[in-house]
Amino acid sequence: MSTLFQTFIAPFSEFEFMRRALAGALALALGACPIGVFLMLRRMSLVGDAMAHAILPGAAVGFLLSGLNLFAMTAGGLIAGFVVALLTGLVARTTELKEDAALATFYLLSLAVGVTIISLKGTNIDLLHVLFGNVLALDDQTLLMIAANASVTLIVLALIYRPLVIECVDPGFMRTVSRAGGPAHLAFLVLVVLNLVSGFYALGTLLAVGIMMLPAAIGRFWARDTTLMIVIATASGAASGYAGLLISFHAGVASGPAIILVAGGLYLASLLFGRVGGLVRQAFPGRHLEA
Amino acid sequence: MSAALRFRNLTLGYDRHPAVHHLDGAVETGALVAVVGPNGAGKSTLFKGIVGVIKPLAGRIERGDPNPQNIAYLPQAAEIDRTFPINVYDMVAMGLWRRAGSFGGIDRAARASIEQAMDAVGLSGFEDRAIATLSGGQMQRMLFARLLLQDAHVIVLDEPFNAVDAKTSADLFDLVQRWHGERRTVLTAMHDIDFVRANFPETLLLAREPVAWGHTANVLTPENLLAARRMCEAFDQHAELCPEEQAPPSPPFSEAARAGIDPQP
Repeated sequence: MSTLFQTFIAPFSEFEFMRRALAGALALALGACPIGVFLMLRRMSLVGDAMAHAILPGAAVGFLLSGLNLFAMTAGGLIAGFVVALLTGLVARTTELKEDAALATFYLLSLAVGVTIISLKGTNIDLLHVLFGNVLALDDQTLLMIAANASVTLIVLALIYRPLVIECVDPGFMRTVSRAGGPAHLAFLVLVVLNLVSGFYALGTLLAVGIMMLPAAIGRFWARDTTLMIVIATASGAASGYAGLLISFHAGVASGPAIILVAGGLYLASLLFGRVGGLVRQAFPGRHLEA
Repeated sequence: MSAALRFRNLTLGYDRHPAVHHLDGAVETGALVAVVGPNGAGKSTLFKGIVGVIKPLAGRIERGDPNPQNIAYLPQAAEIDRTFPINVYDMVAMGLWRRAGSFGGIDRAARASIEQAMDAVGLSGFEDRAIATLSGGQMQRMLFARLLLQDAHVIVLDEPFNAVDAKTSADLFDLVQRWHGERRTVLTAMHDIDFVRANFPETLLLAREPVAWGHTANVLTPENLLAARRMCEAFDQHAELCPEEQAPPSPPFSEAARAGIDPQP
């Protein structure tokens, strides 16, 4: 009994930084996982990844101007994200370059600019911090920001849920009944950037998108309707956060990658055994029904 | 008799090339109009113009009812993402958008109307089916159920009976006639000339230029059909500017020419 306690609860009851990390990871899962489900359903999975890199120079400029100041880095990240999104849209519409190519050019440029800026002023420690985040070093301010972002995400998502779903399934229908489709999509993109900024602090620019997309993909293997998919994604995101922190604590590995690896393990299991289109299910579908 | 739609020297098209050229005329409230013409005649373009998806290159469309929510539109190739995890019930419920909007609840009366609509198209029992599992005909039935719930005054159907079997198209045409009986205005793009002759009181024959518009029997004559077939389909890349002042005067599709068409069934 006491070993169970030692293994699963004591790390959090004894160490404050673990409690903070857990709170941060859970809040992150609450906001980012529903967003990830919609990114996946809109076939924008890689857009999230690209945007995660794109926000780096903004955060870096904020860091350059005012050090590890939360507000400056967040605002900078948001601005950089939107600049890249707007430039991408502009280039895709006005030139022969398609949306994906335009986004790829700008996010790579953005990433390079960001790393350069950080290396100009900061140390290698700073660079590592930005690239990989540090969920074990969340201060009050950061924790509050992640929680606030999660709350805003859930509220806004509730407000735009219906138009967003219709816009995803049948954009043509949405256009004929309402003008809400465009604004809903825009609000959704703002939420994507907001959650990437959250993920940025906890998991770093390289892995921030992992807590969005892996749980979403897990959900896809277990649910046939959107609501359940979101619930499963969020639950597996939260479970990954908890288990990842535990593994990181006991095995002494970096916490961010540990969280993503747990999510990855859940994903592989779902890929194999998922109820909806899992590989084992496909190989052994069982006898067909009568009608 | 008020017009549900009135076209005034309407030209619609893409990249300044007209796909519907100088169309004049009016669709009376409660009319059941077949829009007939070869591929590329501008039928779909006209419908997109009516619902406001594309803007006129010249001229204008006057809607008897300015509220765009009162026009329901079934496109020829719906942009539906069939892999999206949503069931038939929720898809049909979208038809209640005007009543429910982004936040409105779906109350008991609304649920009853959803069930009625699904029953009317013969999809009772399909409520929980994912749309990915529907056949082409079932999909079309589902979209008709959604149209039923939209409760629009003007209904625009772009080749609704293509690629569905005889039973399905007969069932769905019953709904069209029901709408006609309720004095809704229905425009339907059709390819089956015999079916149009048998079922539609009024026909617009389009071949980029309007060829004829009026009583179906007067419009679908061999001469008119031949004329429609001859009209060139392709865009002329080097077309001259259309001389506005030499645009043909309004073709004789005025109300007078179509007097005697009773939009009542």
